[in-house]
Amino acid sequence: MMILLLTVAILLPVSPVLSAGVEEYHLDNGLKVLVSEDHKVPLATFQIWYRVGSRDEVSGKSGLSHFLEHMMFKGTPKYGSKVFSKLVQRNGGVDNAMTSKDYTMYFQTLASDRIGLSIDLESDRMINLILDPKETLAERDVVMEERRLRYDDDPQNALYEEFVATAFMSHPYRRPVIGWMSDIRSFQRDDLYSHYKKYYAPDNAFIVVAGDVRADEIMRKIKAAFGDMKKSGVQEPTVSQEPVQRGEKRINLKKEAELPYVLLGYHTPSFPHGDSSGLEVLSTILSGGKSSRIYRELIYEKKLALNAGADYSGMDRDPFLFLLWGTAAPGREISDLEQALTAEIEKIKNNPPSEKEVQKAKNQIEASFIFGQDSLYRQAMQLGMFEVLGGWKLIDSYLEGIRKVKPADVQRVAQKYLTEDNRTVGVLVPLKEGESEK
Amino acid sequence: MKSEKVKKKQGALFIFVALLITAHLLLLSDAFGLDVKRTTLPNGLLVLHVERHNLPIVMATLLVKASPLHETPDKAGLANLTAELLTEGTKKRTSNEISEEIEFIGASLGMSTDDDFTTITLSVLKKDVEKGFELLSDVLLNPTFPEEEIKRSKEVLKGSLRQSEEDPSFLASRAFKKAVFGDLPYGRLVRGSIETVDAIRKGDIEKFYGLFYRPNNAILAVVGDISDAELTGLIDRFLSEWKPAEIPQGVTVQKGKHEKKTVLIDRDLTQANILLGHEGISRNNPDYYAVSVMNYILGGGGFSSRLMETVRDELGLAYDIHSLFQPDKYAGLFEVGVQTKNASANMVISEALKQIGRIRSEPVSDQELDDAKAYMTGSFPRRLETNRKIADFVAGVEFYGLGDDYVEKYPRYIKAVTKDDVLRAARKYLDPENYVLVVVAKQSEAKVEAQGPK
Repeated sequence: MMILLLTVAILLPVSPVLSAGVEEYHLDNGLKVLVSEDHKVPLATFQIWYRVGSRDEVSGKSGLSHFLEHMMFKGTPKYGSKVFSKLVQRNGGVDNAMTSKDYTMYFQTLASDRIGLSIDLESDRMINLILDPKETLAERDVVMEERRLRYDDDPQNALYEEFVATAFMSHPYRRPVIGWMSDIRSFQRDDLYSHYKKYYAPDNAFIVVAGDVRADEIMRKIKAAFGDMKKSGVQEPTVSQEPVQRGEKRINLKKEAELPYVLLGYHTPSFPHGDSSGLEVLSTILSGGKSSRIYRELIYEKKLALNAGADYSGMDRDPFLFLLWGTAAPGREISDLEQALTAEIEKIKNNPPSEKEVQKAKNQIEASFIFGQDSLYRQAMQLGMFEVLGGWKLIDSYLEGIRKVKPADVQRVAQKYLTEDNRTVGVLVPLKEGESEK
Repeated sequence: MKSEKVKKKQGALFIFVALLITAHLLLLSDAFGLDVKRTTLPNGLLVLHVERHNLPIVMATLLVKASPLHETPDKAGLANLTAELLTEGTKKRTSNEISEEIEFIGASLGMSTDDDFTTITLSVLKKDVEKGFELLSDVLLNPTFPEEEIKRSKEVLKGSLRQSEEDPSFLASRAFKKAVFGDLPYGRLVRGSIETVDAIRKGDIEKFYGLFYRPNNAILAVVGDISDAELTGLIDRFLSEWKPAEIPQGVTVQKGKHEKKTVLIDRDLTQANILLGHEGISRNNPDYYAVSVMNYILGGGGFSSRLMETVRDELGLAYDIHSLFQPDKYAGLFEVGVQTKNASANMVISEALKQIGRIRSEPVSDQELDDAKAYMTGSFPRRLETNRKIADFVAGVEFYGLGDDYVEKYPRYIKAVTKDDVLRAARKYLDPENYVLVVVAKQSEAKVEAQGPK
């Protein structure tokens, strides 16, 4: 189900209104700042994005970006260990961070008159992190617990990890963001330090502020705090490209679980490639709600699946995957479910969707975007994701692209990418073990 | 989590959400007043309206006082199933037509049942608000509960219950509720069990719907880009025909005695999933505010809490550890929840008990008290950032009877809490001897020991 949620979050198209209200600024040291003023509530979100994620990691060091993200909360000489979140909370705010394949992002949401705290804290930890060796060891255990929680003890996530590692042969997207357990276990303080020195610098970062702020005022503060920092001059790493796949790949994972589960993935381009809007609309037609094709056919009519769907985000720097997934309904065969999922693709290839279906998908994408505007965090998130992909102004062409999609485009992208030879299939085979309760 | 994103503190964040939306539903400060217009219709429906024109959207939350409190144990899941079936066929529309019409306008219509009530939520663009209300009204007033849809929904529910069995946190939470509340409504899953869902018949659903889905048993909150005149017009057209009736009393959950109980569930897992706790407090308990401040310091305050500082930061034994008071209408739960590798289970349990013992035996520091109060009073505007949050909030304030002046009173309640209050609340509402301990783990590695009082 999380795949579905991700689609909703990422599908949000972007209206010209948003880009019109955004101010862009540059500091001499390369730091870019985007400010979106929105005065509906006395709140603001401050996000700082570093252009580094698991995509930039090398073999044996998977999970380094994510580990460093944890350590960013462990203090500087000015603000000691654990002080960061406490200060934010004491001011009624919330803070968190996330690491993805392509970026690492830190944010705080606070009453807008306290947003200076974000500027103070983020500028400090961009250059002054301590990375204490003892704290590093304790946090390493925490990250291993996180890995056990998210992947090792969750059968569907465990399959996803292995499935992605199979779909990609050479591109770093094959490695999980959290890292392989043995890599995490091997990390030392110096690994983190060199990663930090290389990637945490004004010319490898940008800031997004959304909320009840005045752009000129916030820029004065940002300039004062970040303006004197030096560029790192970090270069884009050379990333292995994924060769064209020539034939289906297939794996099974046997693990204690209740119901079999299948994942299918097809290599597809990411935004701003011209085909990405057609793929987005296709994924909405297939699984955008209870009137979508997969729900109607596989869950409602044939009762093959307990849950099932399609997912395409397009929001990756390099080509990633168009996904189909499903959990078999009790007593149903996973092979039948897999076949039914691919049959839905064949239907589109043979007959384009109706005008009405395409219009419904566009309406869903547009409405969910407008609902998303109510949240400052989501507004800022939008801008940041497009900035990572090449520039926040792409926001406008993105929505234009969605609006232009015709039924024939949906059919064409299905024919082009959703082919057997371009497919990876992963199946979770449940092992049921004895249980005892007392 | 199929997302490639890894949120560092997702666990902690989730706790905040759970804590602050269910438990501390109501965090308010002077900085942010809400102008709520209240009207009671002739049929008894209470309408709460907040006008906000920042975006062309309208959010509605219809709260119906229908929950497991109104079921019998042998038909557990009836309230939830009834709610889910509202959108599966009406006198005018089939299940398919309902979803098609909602989704064509990019709107959503969702149902959710919890311990105390059911909500039906509508999210719709301003330009389609009339269509949205027409659909809301249709599923609310005219559901037909077709036999084949009941059968289908039951199968899906039973399947989802079965799939949940592979989620260790689900297993722990189900066993924990059951051990604390037994067969009382709060001890059961809102979804019921495979057996009780099986036992539900069309007649049960129709009867339940007929008894509880009544305007005089509901609260409608509408927030967004809609004027009084527009809302009045919509309600006249779409909800004035809803007929009132006398509402039967539900069960009230009486406070029981704490009992010491250990439940061990064996699974092939790398981590032990641990819940430790006992009965907590109801939402209308006058000590609610003192308990909230106390719990923030113990384990509710994310990275600022004592449990997080010791078990995660100092010992590196868990990604997330939290404590939570979940206050419902008549009673509530207190729990400490944590996952740690099997071999560390005993160490973590003993540390949790140590922290419970400590907050019961000595006063918290001035800094801890000030930080907790500063967070709880200062975080209010975030709780009400969006139209959706406001709609759910005003409906909840009304349901729990917190009063029209709650906005002004909340910061005062929090600011009034003293160190003595925190100590008294810890002694009264934390029980380090008679508690329930649930451990879902590979038991041969976890080797859970009997824990004596410290």
